[in-house]
Amino acid sequence: MTVAPNIEAKTTNKRKGGVSRWSRIMKNLTFIIPLSIFIILILTSIFAPFIAPHDPEATSLTERRLPPAFIEGGSTKYLLGTDSLGRDVLSRVIYGARVSLSVSLMVIAITAGIGTLMGIASGYLGGRIDGFLMRVVDIAMSFPGLVLAMLLAVALGPGFFTVVIALSALGWAGYARLIRGETLRIRNSDFVAQARISGASSWRIMLRHIFPNVLNPLIIIMTLAVGMMILAESGMSYLGIGIPPPTPSWGSMVSDGRNDLDVAWWISTFPGICIGLVVLSGNFLGDWLRDKMDPRLRQL
Amino acid sequence: MAEVLLEARDIVKHYPVTRGLLQRTVGWVRAVDGVSFTVEQGKTFSLVGESGAGKTTIAKAILLLERLTSGNILFEGKDVYKFSAAQLKTGYRPKVQSVQQNPWSSMNPRMRVRDIVGEPLFVNTKQPKKEVYDNVSKLLDQVGIGAEGMTRYPHEFSGGQRQRIAVARALALHPNLLVLDEPVSALDVSIRAQIMNLLKDLQTQFNLSYIVIAHNLATVRYMSHGVAIMYLGQLVEYGDTEELFKNPLHPYTRALISASQLTLPEDAKDGAKQIILTGEMPSPLNPPPGCRFHTRCAEAGELCSKEIPDMRQVGKNYVKCHHYK
Repeated sequence: MTVAPNIEAKTTNKRKGGVSRWSRIMKNLTFIIPLSIFIILILTSIFAPFIAPHDPEATSLTERRLPPAFIEGGSTKYLLGTDSLGRDVLSRVIYGARVSLSVSLMVIAITAGIGTLMGIASGYLGGRIDGFLMRVVDIAMSFPGLVLAMLLAVALGPGFFTVVIALSALGWAGYARLIRGETLRIRNSDFVAQARISGASSWRIMLRHIFPNVLNPLIIIMTLAVGMMILAESGMSYLGIGIPPPTPSWGSMVSDGRNDLDVAWWISTFPGICIGLVVLSGNFLGDWLRDKMDPRLRQL
Repeated sequence: MAEVLLEARDIVKHYPVTRGLLQRTVGWVRAVDGVSFTVEQGKTFSLVGESGAGKTTIAKAILLLERLTSGNILFEGKDVYKFSAAQLKTGYRPKVQSVQQNPWSSMNPRMRVRDIVGEPLFVNTKQPKKEVYDNVSKLLDQVGIGAEGMTRYPHEFSGGQRQRIAVARALALHPNLLVLDEPVSALDVSIRAQIMNLLKDLQTQFNLSYIVIAHNLATVRYMSHGVAIMYLGQLVEYGDTEELFKNPLHPYTRALISASQLTLPEDAKDGAKQIILTGEMPSPLNPPPGCRFHTRCAEAGELCSKEIPDMRQVGKNYVKCHHYK
């Protein structure tokens, strides 16, 4: 009889002191670390000319496949070694951030924007608009993306905007599908009925009631897309329809170094690590952003 | 007699049932099948019935969320379906507001309380933001929510508080008629009386008319002046509330009242025998011929399964049953 209250007191103490503080620190770390990684990468890509120790496109045939400085045989002149043409890997990674980040962010902004608009319109307005838009989505989803990318590369010539257009042209369809489904769920909810009773226009309902409530899944898909777009860009570079060769991008560096993986692993490993870091911190940031935007989770 | 605010004349709502690739219509769900009633200014009119009786369909029709198959809804003597879009926007929508059953789903979780309550004002008036928020704080005060709740989100309130906020939103435009669809059934029993009293106070204060949809007879008896009992899309009995509860006419009404008195089998004395309905309500896809209630009625005779009874006046109230001639 007398033991019971003691046990209870102990467990509540433990919970107050240990678990909550630890989980709060963890929670903050999962947001601070990825945010700093992102900021560092963005600053790096903006100030690349000042940070990079060498010209990323300058070849030096006498210094091919030099190992990084921290490995035997490496020199401090090339901190992360050189590639098969003797170009500095570090400088190329720094410049590569420009292409990789800007391609993926631009494509995501375009596809998510168009997809959300189409999805909400289709789901809320329904009827013939829905039928038409969803058939367009079907076509976009069944069209082979690489074939379109090649056609565009031939028509427009390879380059930065060709890559962005090629990846955006079909990428919005997935967003439209997802957002339409969410919209269908929300449009039947009681608060949308209440807005209609209040006399709110369809515009207002879509903007104020539907859009804020589709943000959760939208943010998750957008953050997952960061990595996918970097990889898609590298795939296009590999086929020769991406950013043309001397300009470095992480994706093309990974595929360039592939042939030398057994003798010079550093050529593809370092850009690969960067891709991994961006994808991972993108996901963490997305989780954090979703929690911050949702009033129900914000105070926790 | 008080002035009639809203009148439903023989309203009918049939939903098509479609099947197959071509969406062929194979039948009709007769959700509401010829219902007429009037709502008087400043009074409460209740619709009572089991689930599936068509109560909510009537509420949706009045709120213009569903279009009727036939029949008219007259508001202040004018046919609502003949209103132009502009007339609806100024002469009907703002005057007919509603409080829904579930206070957990009737508010956008991503809007603050001041924007939720202020939405009807933002939509229908040209008041600047500050003025709207001033009005919102007055409205919240009227329903007993402090002004500090203005910037909060709905999830921070309890069910009873949320229902108060829903009432404040419904009042924002100074409506004449509130459609209350099960306004207290989602709340704890201890909170129900508070909300019902609040609604009654507001009614006398603003001379509001209510249409209450309910299945809880205690709620109905406490709140309403007039009541109609629905069964399978039709009214079986309607009239003055007190009279109906003291002297129920239709066998279905008697069964409902008997079921609501919470008598345990061992409490039953010889005189007060509980009437227990067997079976379920027949499908509205294929309602029984004659009196719709005859399949479950203990007093049904031969006539009941053949002929459709008319609505007749018996004493003060009206009933649709062959047993009253």
